[in-house]
Amino acid sequence: MKKFFAQCYIWFLLVLLYAPIVFIGIFSFTESKVLGNWTGFSTKLYSNLFTGNMQGTGSLMSAIENTIIIALIAASVATLLGTVAAIGIHNMRGRGKQAISFLNNIPILNPDIITGVSLFLLFVFLHVSQGYVTVVLAHITLCTPYVVLNVLPRLTQMNPNIYEAALDLGATPFTALKKVLLPMLKPGMISGFILAFTMSLDDFAITFFTRGTVGLDTLSTYIYTDARKGGLTPELRPLITLMFVGVLVLLIVINIRAMRNAKNSQR
Amino acid sequence: MENKDYIIELNNISKSFGDKVILDDVSIKVKKGEFVTILGPSGCGKTTLLRLLAGFGQADKGEIKINGKDYTDIPPHLRPVNTVFQRYALFPHLDVYENIAFGLKLQKVPAPEIDKCVRKVLKMVSMTDYEDRDVESLSGGQQQRVAIARAIANQPKVLLLDEPLAALDLKMRKDMQIELKEMHKKLGITFIYVTHDQEEALTLSDTIIVMNEGKIQQIGTPTDIYNEPQNSFVADFIGESNILNGTMIKDKLVEFAGHEFECIDEGFGENAPVDVVVRPEDIYIVRNLESAQFTATVKSCTFKGVHYEMFVETDKGYELMIQDYNAFAPDQEVGLIIRPADIQVMHKERTCNTFEGEVVDATHVKFLWETFETLPLEGFEHGEKVKVQVDFSKIDLIDHVEDGMLEGDVHFIIYKGDHYHLTILTDDGDHIWVDTTDIWDKGDLVGINIAPADIKISKCNEHND
Repeated sequence: MKKFFAQCYIWFLLVLLYAPIVFIGIFSFTESKVLGNWTGFSTKLYSNLFTGNMQGTGSLMSAIENTIIIALIAASVATLLGTVAAIGIHNMRGRGKQAISFLNNIPILNPDIITGVSLFLLFVFLHVSQGYVTVVLAHITLCTPYVVLNVLPRLTQMNPNIYEAALDLGATPFTALKKVLLPMLKPGMISGFILAFTMSLDDFAITFFTRGTVGLDTLSTYIYTDARKGGLTPELRPLITLMFVGVLVLLIVINIRAMRNAKNSQR
Repeated sequence: MENKDYIIELNNISKSFGDKVILDDVSIKVKKGEFVTILGPSGCGKTTLLRLLAGFGQADKGEIKINGKDYTDIPPHLRPVNTVFQRYALFPHLDVYENIAFGLKLQKVPAPEIDKCVRKVLKMVSMTDYEDRDVESLSGGQQQRVAIARAIANQPKVLLLDEPLAALDLKMRKDMQIELKEMHKKLGITFIYVTHDQEEALTLSDTIIVMNEGKIQQIGTPTDIYNEPQNSFVADFIGESNILNGTMIKDKLVEFAGHEFECIDEGFGENAPVDVVVRPEDIYIVRNLESAQFTATVKSCTFKGVHYEMFVETDKGYELMIQDYNAFAPDQEVGLIIRPADIQVMHKERTCNTFEGEVVDATHVKFLWETFETLPLEGFEHGEKVKVQVDFSKIDLIDHVEDGMLEGDVHFIIYKGDHYHLTILTDDGDHIWVDTTDIWDKGDLVGINIAPADIKISKCNEHND
């Protein structure tokens, strides 16, 4: 009996959590302009989305393109910066190491809106004209700590003599980094990259405050503007559904990788 | 000065981490082709020394020469040495072949030559046909063989081995010892081997360097180190031994355990206090009491496989360890004989505790950062620097740390037949040596007291030891 209630509770929570997204998912398969009005099953909204047969197509497509390109650039740069930072933090000793690890976690816990506003103020203060570049810079700032968080545990698990062994066999520090350290950190870097990519994809607050007034839209800001104009464009429903599925797949990939790594290190 | 005979010259190397001195003015010379073992308990600085040789870390002071050339400031990848690490440190993302070929590929050796070399070294470590194996699928022993193969593939002038067998089980370790020794003969290069296992050191080495607390205690061949230890630490660390306080009465005559013995040592002076070492297998134990030098009662007898190990109490109350092929029953009265050549006489490093102190007032003196009460002092000025001496046996150790003037822990213990000689490391990092019949364990926290009557004060410039 106790078990039954426990089960009910967990299902109740899951329904609460996922009802909104399931709701949108279901209504992405009907043509109705108003959300919540079922006018029969149809995949027309999906085909509209891909054939571009809808109002404001141009700006939606460019928003999707911006989102993906910004996420790719931000995640790549963040992976590079984050990996180097992780190696640096790992080689620090004592209190400095603790302090830097702590500082690395603050941006992760800090509300996005505060990061967004402070970056906005910083750019204004520095007289940087806001647009594509500032959004990319802001996203790199957002993503880097996640990469550090993914790479650092790989370094801690590693036998410290391995890097020394490479030097001992005649590798310059750079070659040792390239041929030994990076290949060993690769799994952590890939996980970090994926996480950074999803973080950048779904960011709204930071983008909103750093995109300036040049009319740059990512998906999140496009949807926000669109919703404020009076009701969501119906084609956004399939788009949201697809993005959710996409992020879900990425998260599953991260988790499987994490599980596999855990198993490998146990062996 | 360049000397081509020595492949390695370490001159006056010192190294500290923070306040802790790891290496204290260490100098070593190694001849080409030698198998040298650096032996010592954990924390004695032996691994640090090896790492300095490999180029991982910098000495605070001193000079490192390899093959006559100064390598003190040269980074590891430019040194003609290769290391076998304790925990193998193979590259897990590469297979056996690629691990071994790693160094050769960096040197841009042509592929067919690499092939030949990898096969040769794999054969040398009896791992033929393992080229394509994933290193993580190998057992510990196999991984260590690959690690050795990888290091020798580079054809170093010197091979450094950092406790390479420590992680293997006993049987495997013995096999690998023999293989390493043969490998050393075949390759003809210099091996520098670090271990805390004295038996391993005796088995493998041409030369053993015994280290303790960052200092070299003795350098010599295995037989020298075993038969003629230079101090009580070496005698105690290498093999089993009876270490006793003695007095060198005159040349070739020494007194210990309450008896006088002929020996072969000279030049200690007359009536000089010394440490005497007799190995347990060098004491002859006989039934016939008349022909013996002195008598004893057997206390215990244990079978150890090849021999029996017996503890006896001598007629003068000293406990000795004896190893013999014959068993003698407990409580049996036996005769003991020690041949002159089997008695190893060593200079005492010190005969009492000596500290620098300062007179506080007529009845107090300050040393070891504390103020101690003394008998009334005469002829000393306040604030005068003095020499403070306390006999080993006059220092009281107590369980209740907070009741002691000083606190410390038991750092090192030597049994001297009728008492224990302890080295106490105080909280302030000073050493105090104590003779006691109480049993303490290494690492015990103790309180330290000294009675006023036992503190001997003398003028700084006087020499009365």
